[in-house]
Amino acid sequence: MNIIELTNIEKTYDMGGAEQVQALQGISLTLTKNEYVAIMGPSGSGKSTLMNIIGCLDTPTKGSYLFNGLSVSDMNDNELAKIRNKEIGFVFQTFNLLPRSDALHNVELPLIYGGIPSGERKRRAMETLENVQLGDRVHHKPNELSGGQRQRVAVARALVTKPSIILADEPTGNLDSKTGEEIMALFEDLHRQGNTIILVTHEADIAEHAHRVIRLRDGKVESDAPMVKRKKAGAPATA
Amino acid sequence: MYFLLELKEGLAISFKAIRANKMRSVLTMLGIVIGIVSVTVMATAIEGINRAFEESAAAFGPNVMYVQRFQWASNEDWETIRNRKPLEAYYVDRIQRRATLLNAVAPVVFTGRRVAYGTKSVENAIISGTTDQYIYASGTLLKDGRFFTAEESAGGRLVCVIGGTIVENLFPAEDPVGKTIRVAGHPFTVVGTMEKQGGLFGEFTSDLRIHIPIDAFDTRFGDRHDVMIQVGVADKQKMEDAAIELEGIMRNIRHIAPGKPNDFGINQQEILMQVFGPISLVIASIGLFITGLSLFVGGIGIMNIMFVSVTERTREIGIRKAIGAKRRTILIQFLTEAAALCLLGGLIGLAIAFPLSLIVDQFLPTAMPLSVVFIAILISLTVGLISGFLPAYRAARMDPVEALRHE
Repeated sequence: MNIIELTNIEKTYDMGGAEQVQALQGISLTLTKNEYVAIMGPSGSGKSTLMNIIGCLDTPTKGSYLFNGLSVSDMNDNELAKIRNKEIGFVFQTFNLLPRSDALHNVELPLIYGGIPSGERKRRAMETLENVQLGDRVHHKPNELSGGQRQRVAVARALVTKPSIILADEPTGNLDSKTGEEIMALFEDLHRQGNTIILVTHEADIAEHAHRVIRLRDGKVESDAPMVKRKKAGAPATA
Repeated sequence: MYFLLELKEGLAISFKAIRANKMRSVLTMLGIVIGIVSVTVMATAIEGINRAFEESAAAFGPNVMYVQRFQWASNEDWETIRNRKPLEAYYVDRIQRRATLLNAVAPVVFTGRRVAYGTKSVENAIISGTTDQYIYASGTLLKDGRFFTAEESAGGRLVCVIGGTIVENLFPAEDPVGKTIRVAGHPFTVVGTMEKQGGLFGEFTSDLRIHIPIDAFDTRFGDRHDVMIQVGVADKQKMEDAAIELEGIMRNIRHIAPGKPNDFGINQQEILMQVFGPISLVIASIGLFITGLSLFVGGIGIMNIMFVSVTERTREIGIRKAIGAKRRTILIQFLTEAAALCLLGGLIGLAIAFPLSLIVDQFLPTAMPLSVVFIAILISLTVGLISGFLPAYRAARMDPVEALRHE
């Protein structure tokens, strides 16, 4: 079954007055369970807009978006919030952790919004943090953690609700290449465990971890193909 | 259940935010603190004024009626009242014979005279001529000695019972009972003293008075006086019935044809309360309005700082929305924060107002009423919710994409 089914998605922004910017111009694509997809494209290609729509942070101007068979285009704010809470795990470039809360509370947060009682919440958050090797850092606040650790807290927060997809937006953008590789290895693990992952990036060697690459240009799908592995990482990116 | 969870999370976030911005929170709260202090102290003072008046009015006695030529607090003009026939002492017997709900009736006549004992004197003492029944037909109580007897009253003996202020002035260190004082030169023996009443009317109703038998009054101070008749009602619950009965008897005595208005008044302390009620309401309204303004200003301070807080935390709001916070969740979070700030300010305000109310208590018979405490807490909560609403609403409506992009 398709988790995500986009058909002729368009997104137009009003820039004030009669001026309009068409960020997405008819995007169609489908994603099935346990896929590992990279969305690539230069800046201005519409990949952020597409990610926001896939992540239910935004709704398309035109076109249909079915998430697990449900039409997202028709949903109201509350329903979108519910989908984001239960079905989507976000991992951001800038981690986006709550600075005043410790790792445990950050991971608990989606469960709080999901109405999970305290006991179960703590247990699941602990479990997930242990899964990302942060069992000994649960009471550290973000500023007491390294960049890689912060991103792992963010991954734990994305995973804790057992979402249908994990949506990672440039997850290694703020990390050095060594920690970046660690995070990518973590994603590989998650994929092997059966998770569906969408990776938004403009770095070819990061995208290489995915098994399918969708390239965007000027708000359209330029190409959509299985990843062809290069022999060796490190060659300059072509996209 | 879910709401409680949101509220709990909202509270936890609030306290974190308040702690993180201690100085700012304290300064913001100051407005609410000052507001609550002024409102509660004002409410306490108003309560004090009311109680002072009630206690003062009680000097007239809850079960006593005063029959006079005029009605208290009415708008009958002075001309009409002056032309009315004076009340006569013989009414007392007629009233006593016919009334069923009264247990004592006493005539009272007044004059102002100088009284002296040894070298001490009071210039403007109120000499009241009455009978032994007076003590049962007034709001005053005997302190030492006794009231004069029926025989002393009927015989017009030169005995007197003196009020609290007279005692203080003439007998600062002596027991007055048994001593002889001079009332405008005439010797009167003190047989008893009255309890000091104090309050707004105490001097007039008792403290500055010298009660003497009415016959002694007539012979020493002349008998062409307007008589007031004081009536003690047996059962306080039947004041109204007793007033109606008394009115009938009085109309009969004074031969007032049916349909004609009374040419006398039946007065009781209740009338004073009715007059004071609206006055007190005006005082309370003005006082609370003015102090309420400071609370309003405090509320604006809260609103202002909440707007700042929402703007500062735009990104946090974006994160929360991205991981599933609904509009309502965000709204509750910021409302809780504003309410918590105000509630804290309110509690601090109460803690400051309480000792202040003890100072007020030195001047007025009052204590901070428990209702004021609850109302103050309720008001500070309400101020928080109202002033927090607009900022919270703005936060709740933020677009998650924009909020996440905010630096």
